[in-house]
Amino acid sequence: MLEIKNLHANINGKEILKGLDLVVRPGEIHAIMGPNGAGKSTLASVLTGNQTFEVTKGEVTFYGKNLLELTPEDRSREGIFLSFQYPVEIPGVSMVNFMRTALNEHRKYKNMEPLSATDFLRIMREKKTLVEMDNKLANRSVNEGFSGGEKKRNEIFQMAMLEPRLAILDETDSGLDIDALRIVANGVNKLKRPDNASIVITHYQRLLEYIVPDFVHVLYDGRIVKTGGKELALELEDKGYDWIKKEVEENI
Amino acid sequence: MEQQYIDLYKQQHESIKKHSAAVMNDSRDDAFALFEALRFPTVALENYKYTDLKEPLSIDYGLNINRIPIPVNPYEVFQCDVPGIHSYLYFVVNDAFYPVNEPRNKALPKGVIIGSLKEVATTHPELVKNYFGKLSTTKNDGLIAFNGAFAQDGFFMYVPKNVVLDKPVQLVNIMRSDVDFMANSHNLIILEEGAKAQLLVCDHTVDEVHFLSNRVTEVFAGEDATYEHYKLENTHTKTTNLSTLLIDQHPSSNVLANVITLHNGVTRNTIEIDLDGEHCETLLCGMVIGDKNQQVDNFTSIIHNKPNCNSRELFKYVLDGMAKGGFTGKLYVAKDAQKTSAFQTNRNILLNKTAKMRTKPQLEIYADDVKCSHGATIGQLDETAKFYMQSRGIPESEARLLLMFAFTNDVIENIRIPALQDRIKLLVEKRLRGELSKCEGCVICQ
Repeated sequence: MLEIKNLHANINGKEILKGLDLVVRPGEIHAIMGPNGAGKSTLASVLTGNQTFEVTKGEVTFYGKNLLELTPEDRSREGIFLSFQYPVEIPGVSMVNFMRTALNEHRKYKNMEPLSATDFLRIMREKKTLVEMDNKLANRSVNEGFSGGEKKRNEIFQMAMLEPRLAILDETDSGLDIDALRIVANGVNKLKRPDNASIVITHYQRLLEYIVPDFVHVLYDGRIVKTGGKELALELEDKGYDWIKKEVEENI
Repeated sequence: MEQQYIDLYKQQHESIKKHSAAVMNDSRDDAFALFEALRFPTVALENYKYTDLKEPLSIDYGLNINRIPIPVNPYEVFQCDVPGIHSYLYFVVNDAFYPVNEPRNKALPKGVIIGSLKEVATTHPELVKNYFGKLSTTKNDGLIAFNGAFAQDGFFMYVPKNVVLDKPVQLVNIMRSDVDFMANSHNLIILEEGAKAQLLVCDHTVDEVHFLSNRVTEVFAGEDATYEHYKLENTHTKTTNLSTLLIDQHPSSNVLANVITLHNGVTRNTIEIDLDGEHCETLLCGMVIGDKNQQVDNFTSIIHNKPNCNSRELFKYVLDGMAKGGFTGKLYVAKDAQKTSAFQTNRNILLNKTAKMRTKPQLEIYADDVKCSHGATIGQLDETAKFYMQSRGIPESEARLLLMFAFTNDVIENIRIPALQDRIKLLVEKRLRGELSKCEGCVICQ
């Protein structure tokens, strides 16, 4: 579904991604790991159309469509979802209004009628239980005054509502205690279907105990330098990233 | 440009007085003398540096000194912006109270007087005399002085001791003329001890000529009285709306003033609230949505003269096009006004590079045991919030709209009449969508 070829991207003139290749097929879970500053979050930002990053070279297709030509909203409607590392607070915009607007925009894109108020609220209720989200949170402004854990749960709730074909989880485990982590991971696992896929960006192996990846990639200095199975994550946890850096330098 | 009005007064002051009331005429010559000395304010004055009146005052306006009836049926030309709100409904056309036979107004609680200031000043001179001009004649301001010289009528409301008005009073000001026109009106609102009232003032224009409205409103909130004042301006771009609102609060009174400028030409709101008793509560808020060449200046003062009072002030502006906004938040705490708590916030969003905002908090605190704060910001829409919404499939235009709407939301929440709050939410949304590029309720514009 997703094909990334030789992707280069800059921020403020500084090159962060330096020729990244990745292929994701339906049903797969890909973990992307790597040291700080390797470009993990940049990849997530570029895939979702964040304008602060400039793509200088390479191509990205999603089900054959040139993703880089699409607006952020169209990428979302095509089925790409990013669980933000730092979810944004939007005072004055209620979760209900936000989610209804988003969901109906998705439906409009697929030439479907907008949801009735009752249907919408029913779906919202269903999906809330998936991430054990407090009823009160849904009535508040988007992320405003939410704790770190509540914000991450809210991301997974939104993912459940929008049912993406490709979910990108950017450091979804950071700042979560073990219970919150379990709830979030459970939510993600329940949403897994043979026709959708996930990219899990993480620092630590911890989350991967709950969300078991098919592939583990190591992103270093703007490129994927090593790919393996889930056991690679354990090896990284054990040995750190220095040996990878060394390997890369030896290959040059 | 003042000279023509000075000459006019000198020639016509007899007619002006003849068509007004004795109580109003008592201070007229003094007001004129003050105007002659002060003249119209210019941007050279500190208090008027965000209001440029040179252009609107250069227009040759007609005045209706001899009170020739204006041929208009307010019900025909005016479609209410706030339908469905159950209110006592009154009209002022230009500067004259317009008598309408409104059946619902007959149900006013006992003792309440609502009507033409000129008439009530004749029928109840003692009542009016105790209040009229008590706030306005002490001000050293050219526009207020001009109003004192030329205003002949206006709206009057009196709510006696412990009387509660069960429904809001709605005052619809309609500007109607075939030639460029100037209206000077004086409103007087008196709430006695323990009285409660809500007043909604709507400003509208129905003809496509230049209008200048110079209005002074005096409000007296007696001890323990509760008063809510909503001003909703929805006028066309050729309107100059100069509005002075002076409120005097007695002990333990509670006042909310909410001044909303949805659509306008040039607007100056001078608002002064004097806290002349202990334990007063004051909430002053307002919002502005401006584009094109619109100008809005809210010049506000909250004067804490007595201890143990709380005031809060909140103004928000969303400006686009070539709009110019100005805000001054003067907060004065007298030496003896200990235990004052006063908070002021002014936040502004500029949607492009050509809109301008100038804001000035001005705190003068002479007491030493007070809690006061102020904050003023000018910025753009939050790009990260916009991207977050887009990443959920919400189009950029809709994301901007939601953010703008959210930005003004806390001002709208300070409307304590639910039907009015709902209606204003809708009008604000329409305005932000660009659907209200002309004033709604205005037959001519449609």
